[in-house]
Amino acid sequence: MTPLALQKPRKPTMNLLKTRELGILLALALLVLYTTINNPRFLSGQSIRDNLLNTAILAVMATGQAIVVITRNIDLSVGSVLGISAWTAATMMSDHQGLPMIVAILVGLAVGAVAGLLNGVLVRYGKVPALVVTLGTLYIYRGITYQWAGGSQVNADKLPAHFLNFANDSLLGIPWLVLIALLVVGGATLVMRNYRVGRELYAMGSSPQAAELAGIKVARNLLGAFVLSGALAGLAGVLFAARFGTVDASAGTGYELNVVAAVVVGGVAVFGGSGTVWGAGLGALLLTVISSALAVLDINQFWQQAIVGALIILAICADRLVAVRIARSLRKRDAHV
Amino acid sequence: MAEAIALLEVHDVTKSFGAVAAVQGVSFPLYSGEAHALVGENGAGKSTIVKMLAGVHRPDTGTLRVNGADVDFAGPADAKAAGIAVIYQEPTLFPDLSVAENIAMGNQPLTRLRQIDRKAMHANADRLFARLGVHIDPTRPARGLSIADQQLVEIAKALNLPAAENPRNNQMTSEARVLIMDEPTAALSGVEVERLFAVVRSLRDEGAAILFISHRFEEITELCERVTIMRDGKHVATELVADLTVDDMIRRMVGRDLSALFPKQDVTPGEVMLSVENLSREGIFRDISFEVRAGEIVALAGLVGAGRSEVMQAVFGVDPYDSGAVKIRGKRLKPGNPRAAMAAGMALVPEDRRQQGLIMDLSIERNITLPRARKLARLGLLFGGAEKRAAATWAEKLQTKLGKLSDAVGTLSGGNQQKVVLAKWLATAPQLLIVDEPTRGIDVGTKAEVHRLMSSLAADGLAVVMVSSELPEVLGMADRIVVLREGRVAATLTRAEATEESVMYAAMGQEVAA
Repeated sequence: MTPLALQKPRKPTMNLLKTRELGILLALALLVLYTTINNPRFLSGQSIRDNLLNTAILAVMATGQAIVVITRNIDLSVGSVLGISAWTAATMMSDHQGLPMIVAILVGLAVGAVAGLLNGVLVRYGKVPALVVTLGTLYIYRGITYQWAGGSQVNADKLPAHFLNFANDSLLGIPWLVLIALLVVGGATLVMRNYRVGRELYAMGSSPQAAELAGIKVARNLLGAFVLSGALAGLAGVLFAARFGTVDASAGTGYELNVVAAVVVGGVAVFGGSGTVWGAGLGALLLTVISSALAVLDINQFWQQAIVGALIILAICADRLVAVRIARSLRKRDAHV
Repeated sequence: MAEAIALLEVHDVTKSFGAVAAVQGVSFPLYSGEAHALVGENGAGKSTIVKMLAGVHRPDTGTLRVNGADVDFAGPADAKAAGIAVIYQEPTLFPDLSVAENIAMGNQPLTRLRQIDRKAMHANADRLFARLGVHIDPTRPARGLSIADQQLVEIAKALNLPAAENPRNNQMTSEARVLIMDEPTAALSGVEVERLFAVVRSLRDEGAAILFISHRFEEITELCERVTIMRDGKHVATELVADLTVDDMIRRMVGRDLSALFPKQDVTPGEVMLSVENLSREGIFRDISFEVRAGEIVALAGLVGAGRSEVMQAVFGVDPYDSGAVKIRGKRLKPGNPRAAMAAGMALVPEDRRQQGLIMDLSIERNITLPRARKLARLGLLFGGAEKRAAATWAEKLQTKLGKLSDAVGTLSGGNQQKVVLAKWLATAPQLLIVDEPTRGIDVGTKAEVHRLMSSLAADGLAVVMVSSELPEVLGMADRIVVLREGRVAATLTRAEATEESVMYAAMGQEVAA
């Protein structure tokens, strides 16, 4: 009817976007291959198990962080939340040896959720940028933990056996820790991808102003994202205590940077609106495998930090490149000439 | 019709922001099956009314009534639930999400497991686009859509209020019962406007109430039955469109008579300032040639998407080009280098002032003096005095309505923002001015101001290239008209040859004019 009504072939642009997760898998495969050639024990059952167990805690936290970052915010307090939750769980279990594991988990989730709620309220109603709020609460939560713990620590011999065993017990051959991480990553991926609330969180990060105009319950969703991030950091704290057995007030110090690194390497855009939770999970796996591979390859551990840094920059460059490519392909498709 | 209960009624509503009363005691009814125009100069309070109806702002006093019952919208969600759909002046899309998701946001079709049913969502988007007669891929991200396409997505979004097929919603709301459009046609070309109007008419005939805001009177007389006129936040009149002439409306809007709308003075053209020779960019435009002399205004006309803005972006050096040449006074300009273009005396006033023309959070004076910051600086530092003086001069020349020069540009109304963009570039004393849609979204009074200004600048020897979708503006202002179609020059018309018909024919490729 008009020159504008051109039939355009419908090509799924999503393919281009998916290359990100594929890229991580590819990097992971190359890394494992190279390391295994140099040291075949890298693919032994014990080594794989260690890697997965080490990934689990990071992946749980990366899930919450990814959701917060997708809404164009950040949660830097997660390391401190892990600390306060780990200390709470450890002292509680050493004082009440008979408490079942599930209670520890619920308490950890609750402690984290409260911490996250405070972050969310300050960001939303205090109208302070998340970076500043969570940098503040990073110190506050850590300070509370130090005040509470003093110089003391809870040792493994004071903790009940069932609590410590939880980290090593398995269900159908899969360690509980890994199972929990899979459940968290998988569940969050599904919600973010296929449910209204998930798409609203993407929308909020993509254009905060449009989200308000679209009638999205921005306040509710934002609080939800911070509560979830906090709760998952709290859960990670309990898992941390169970896995390492020895907990003091410094548990999880500096962890927030690993978590943010996993999220960014995993392809979540720092300015929100795009990326996936399972990508962040893969990012956590990649970072963990890199550090263990470096140990196996007998490369100085100090290199690890430089490599993680390079990966973050690479990840952001890759984002930019993909964005430019998409823009170009869209322009070509829309052209009339 | 008049004795019927209004579907939506604005009753004696007042809204102030700080000390500024944006809307004072305004009342008007929207009836089912009727299109109602809301007109007024920029800053008359139209957008504030829209935002109150959309649930973004709450009236300070007075009430909104739906079907005769008072309502109080706590937020946009409430307004949506009441069946009020709004198309805002500036597109409000989510660039990272797909077009279909943008349309469906808030009421995506769900499967039994309450997951989003993507298939149904895409089909729904296709259905809406078919109704609008356009083809936009629902799976592509909204990022990178042209302004016209963004506007079309906005329209599709507005048509997609909670539909009957949504069983969760057992309220009375079915389709968009009230459709509010804040200058929906500003970025659209003639054909697209026609198509939009056809859709709006069919919605109206199905019983929806339409509130239509536009600065184009021909659209108002074509589409609307009733009109409400506002001036300085106050209600002037609500009358049947048939009872008023365009002159009546304008007089009541501005409170004075307006002289001729498009006064381009005749100027003897001087030397060739700009010559564009066989400019091509793969996939965008091809073999574009034209020249502009000092004192001339040359218009680039054509449908939205014909490549007009793209050509000018390439000429200015914002975008690259593959072959051809751009010459200023016969000297070849380095491609892809806006700094060289500016040094050669070129200035570009872009189409999308929000994204390309202004830095919204910066002050008015900073924005005006930005391209000249180096010249104004002493020893590399900017002192407030020089900046303020330069800015004040231009703000006054363009009669910009503003509070303080130190206010953020974002606080100004659309027309005044456009003036600031103009001031910003005119302050650089250019020899060649490129203006892209100079009067998009500007009220009549300001429009005439801008035209008078362009004309007097041309009379002073400035060469002007104007990209415009508004035919009356093109015909009134331009000495020559270059009509583009699908990235090529379809015709070059002199002022004598140009009529609405000849330009439109060339733009649509229906007949070879010239």
